[in-house]
Amino acid sequence: MAAQSHSYLGIVRRQFMRQRLHRVSLYAIFAILLLAVGADFVASERPILLSLSGKLYVLPNVINPVALRAYDNRRLTQVMSESDWAVFPPVPWGVNSHDLDATLAPPSATHWLGTDSGGRDVLARVVHGSRVSLAVGVLSVIVLVSIGILLGSVSAYYGGVLDLLLMRLLEVVHSVPALLLLVTMLSVIMPTGWRAVVAMMVVIGLVNWTGVARLVRGEILRIKQMPYIEASRALGYGAPRIILRHVLPNALSPVLVTATFAMASAIQIEGALSFLGFGIPADMASWGGMLNDVRGHTGAWWLAVFPGAAIFVTVTVYNLAGEGLRDAIDPRLKS
Amino acid sequence: MLKYVVRRVLWMIPTLFGITLVCFLLLRMANADPVSAKLQNPMRAQQISQEAIAQLRALYDLDKPWYVQYGRLVQRLCTLDLGTRWQDGRPIVDVIAEALPITLLLSLLSITLAYLISIPLGVYSAVKQYSLGDRVLTVVLFVLYSLPAFWVGTMFIVFLASGNFLKCPWTADHACFPLQGWHAFDGFAAMSRWQKLGDVAWHMVLPVVTLTYQAFAVLSRYMRAGMLETLRQDFIRTARAKGLSERRVIFGHALRNSLIPIITLIGLELPELVSGAVIVESIFGIRGMGLVALEAIRMPDYPLVITIVAFTAVLVMLGMLLSDLLYAVVDPRIKAGEESR
Repeated sequence: MAAQSHSYLGIVRRQFMRQRLHRVSLYAIFAILLLAVGADFVASERPILLSLSGKLYVLPNVINPVALRAYDNRRLTQVMSESDWAVFPPVPWGVNSHDLDATLAPPSATHWLGTDSGGRDVLARVVHGSRVSLAVGVLSVIVLVSIGILLGSVSAYYGGVLDLLLMRLLEVVHSVPALLLLVTMLSVIMPTGWRAVVAMMVVIGLVNWTGVARLVRGEILRIKQMPYIEASRALGYGAPRIILRHVLPNALSPVLVTATFAMASAIQIEGALSFLGFGIPADMASWGGMLNDVRGHTGAWWLAVFPGAAIFVTVTVYNLAGEGLRDAIDPRLKS
Repeated sequence: MLKYVVRRVLWMIPTLFGITLVCFLLLRMANADPVSAKLQNPMRAQQISQEAIAQLRALYDLDKPWYVQYGRLVQRLCTLDLGTRWQDGRPIVDVIAEALPITLLLSLLSITLAYLISIPLGVYSAVKQYSLGDRVLTVVLFVLYSLPAFWVGTMFIVFLASGNFLKCPWTADHACFPLQGWHAFDGFAAMSRWQKLGDVAWHMVLPVVTLTYQAFAVLSRYMRAGMLETLRQDFIRTARAKGLSERRVIFGHALRNSLIPIITLIGLELPELVSGAVIVESIFGIRGMGLVALEAIRMPDYPLVITIVAFTAVLVMLGMLLSDLLYAVVDPRIKAGEESR
């Protein structure tokens, strides 16, 4: 058996990995991440490698060379001669390749998960949709955790009037219904393209920081009372050393748990916003936006099932990982 | 008790100011003077008439300094002098008076159901900890918690209400549940009182389920945890030791104490409920506050949006106040503590 680390992180990792379900959730998170990064290799309208009339194109699916703009996989197979060859991605459809012969087609051999009302391949869009969901999730969590830690710790350190004011602010932000506020803000900004993704991250972060702030504040107030803080003060350590090395590290591990759950909820919020038509523009693939397409076509069950299942699975693995992390960090909280 | 209520209500005032300030900032962002640049972009120019812009300017005193604007906004919100909806020129007060009861019905039904189901389930789970029932329930609740409401609602529409999959041959379009609205479009007025009740109930089934299951999952988990915590306490051992029946121990002693944490959760669940109502109303075409707000945003009719945001925020705060009062009712220690201070 390999030497076991007895550091805090080592213990947390061992505790986490002990449960099979938690291990699986972690692997699933990595798998989804890999899918998002490599989406162009799984589903693209152009081949991964192409040799056309003696010319070799490397990764036309990623770099999208001008010479090939007019061709997609289907056109290429028609124009390719005997000596040409290509490596096609497993799903030969892109996010916006409209197969107009097959609009609203149910799952079949050509379109494994069917097509939407514009003849776009559902599987290709589900694969590429992971990018939007993860990008919005990760970055909005970074935004909300930063705001939460900053305001929470300021509130706990200084106390008094500042604490009172910040807690009022927290109550205000908390009592305004988040979804209405988000929809209003997004409609005011009216972003397009990838700017919509950025706007969404910032806005979700700005509205959802209250949980982290409350948590950090509580943790710091609790830790400030602990005997070991008193001990380090008695040892003559300065305030920066106490705060940075003794208070914050102990206050932060619960934040990691909250951040994991926040990731799950940010992905849900992104889905809801895109579903309502206020999030990601329709030419980009997003799971919530795809679900929106069902509204006019209630017979197309594949439009409802697959993108929704993608959101559900992603949210579930983050929630599972969050639970695992919580149990690993503080076994007492296990219920 | 009265003193406690008064103090809590007074504490709401600064928060209310904060909410109006948020609304004001949103309004400024949307149409502060650079305003019309935004409103007049080609896509929206068609949607908004020049009169509407002029009305907005007059209504929100856009030619005056910001503090006057803010003061007027607060004044208008307080006196309910809110102008009219651009879409059809109806007074905003009327629009809200019509939409609010529907949303309230939906939300109150949902939160009541969530508590009614989650309390017994939580108690069962805790009392029979690690039994098969408890483990199955834990998994089911976890799944429910992770299911996005907009997906569940859409799946209901596709599989239960569209008439394409689940078929009820005795209805006109073979649909087992209505697709849209909170009552039948045709002949609702002509129905007798009981028929009306039945019709609304039938329309409410899917929306209420969609709105309820997530809150219910959260509440059950907390109820289970709270009950487990309480059952470990000394006074439970005392109660058992003095020979009380297990029934009295659980329902007479443990239950009341473990209710406290989930009652405070109302405060957390209310904003979620409002967000949920927006989604559910949008999916099922129910003309409550959520749908009215979405339509207003698409217009965009900002005065109406701001009113709805402010209004729901106040409702949520009143709900939180109510949960604090309930808290005092369930736990006499809190009341005593407040009065002795």
